[in-house]
Amino acid sequence: MDASSALPAVTSKTITVEINGTSYEREVDARRLLIHLIRDDLDLTGSHIGCDTGNCGACSVILDGTLVKSCMLLAIQADGASIETVEGLAEEDQLSVVQQAFSDHHALQCGYCTPGMLMSATALLRENPSPTDEEIARAIQGNICRCTGYWNIVKAIKAASGQEVSE
Amino acid sequence: MLLSEVGYARPATVEQALELLAEHDGARALAGGQTLVNVMKARAASPDVLVDLNDIAELKGIELGSDGTLSIAPMTTYTELIASPEARARPILGEVCAQIADVQVRNRGTIGGNVCSSDPTNHLPPLMVAVGAEMTVTGEDGERIVPAAEFFLGVYMTAVGPGELLTRITIPAGRSDGFASVPIGRDGTCIVNAAASANGELRLALGCVGAVPELVQPSSGDAEAVKEAVRAANIQPPGDVHASSDYRRHLAEVVAARAAEQASRRAMK
Repeated sequence: MDASSALPAVTSKTITVEINGTSYEREVDARRLLIHLIRDDLDLTGSHIGCDTGNCGACSVILDGTLVKSCMLLAIQADGASIETVEGLAEEDQLSVVQQAFSDHHALQCGYCTPGMLMSATALLRENPSPTDEEIARAIQGNICRCTGYWNIVKAIKAASGQEVSE
Repeated sequence: MLLSEVGYARPATVEQALELLAEHDGARALAGGQTLVNVMKARAASPDVLVDLNDIAELKGIELGSDGTLSIAPMTTYTELIASPEARARPILGEVCAQIADVQVRNRGTIGGNVCSSDPTNHLPPLMVAVGAEMTVTGEDGERIVPAAEFFLGVYMTAVGPGELLTRITIPAGRSDGFASVPIGRDGTCIVNAAASANGELRLALGCVGAVPELVQPSSGDAEAVKEAVRAANIQPPGDVHASSDYRRHLAEVVAARAAEQASRRAMK
């Protein structure tokens, strides 16, 4: 093998990511998790770190159209990607339909899981505009809420889809 | 969490990836990262270099041969497999992948990562053994084909050696399969699982009861015959906070019978 032709392995790199329509260029260590780029380097602190083990889903973001947990990806892997975080859901002062439904249906108490829940709900409704209760429950399976018991979250997502919910 | 310092490379071809793996002794392939990144956080593994396989087009996609054989590239995600019209030729594959973890993990996690991590609680190792999958392992000296029953060597160990990659999973045609498990919460980590295939003679593989899937071949799909075959296999499952060894042994019989029943029922259709 000709070693000179081998691709180099790098311990840091300058990457470009687009987040909620704004382009950012930052030098990141290869070991840096995507959630730390988002929260610590770019000060977009809407996305939360709950468990840091890929279970709780509070760090969920939409990366190139796909819902992912940003504590399970390296920032360097997101080079060139387009990312949506909770900060990108509202337009000016106008909450998104999903956000408004969470407010209307008391779908949060402490709010810690909410940014992740909102991203999961947003990703679900793009793919499935009229989900059943079962489909909603499965869509938020990767998001843990310790306050609400989930009922109001399911209700809010159903309401956001334009379906009737019983109070 | 801050990981240990690590090098990173993102090759575009299998050839480049193999060069990188050969060049760095402490290199590890990074597939979906839904296990490896956590393992690195816990310092259970600290690779010197991560070889990210996500840009390698030849490691993605599913092909269905004219004889019904499925050829699955290892960087196919669970979500891609579930949505794949080709993969429906062997329905159990999508059915089982839909039971793994949650949407986010299924969006990133890969078929190859699931088998190569060889975690005894994973879903796909017993399924691959039951359906008689063949794994293509590629190194700098070329390819070799390893039957699934010989692929899993131990906890976190497979036939993929240093400097090698899993490059293809080949699954024969068949529709009469079953899968059953007792997970920790719906779609959670399995306490015990079993996969069965009744395409020709019945093949059954148990997961979570030893370091590698336990292949059992009952004389028939009848529940008593299956339970008897599981007892005869004399498994020595580990005990933990979720299930004692004895309870796991009991559950193994139960889920084996359920998986065999599902496979046999489909075979009769």
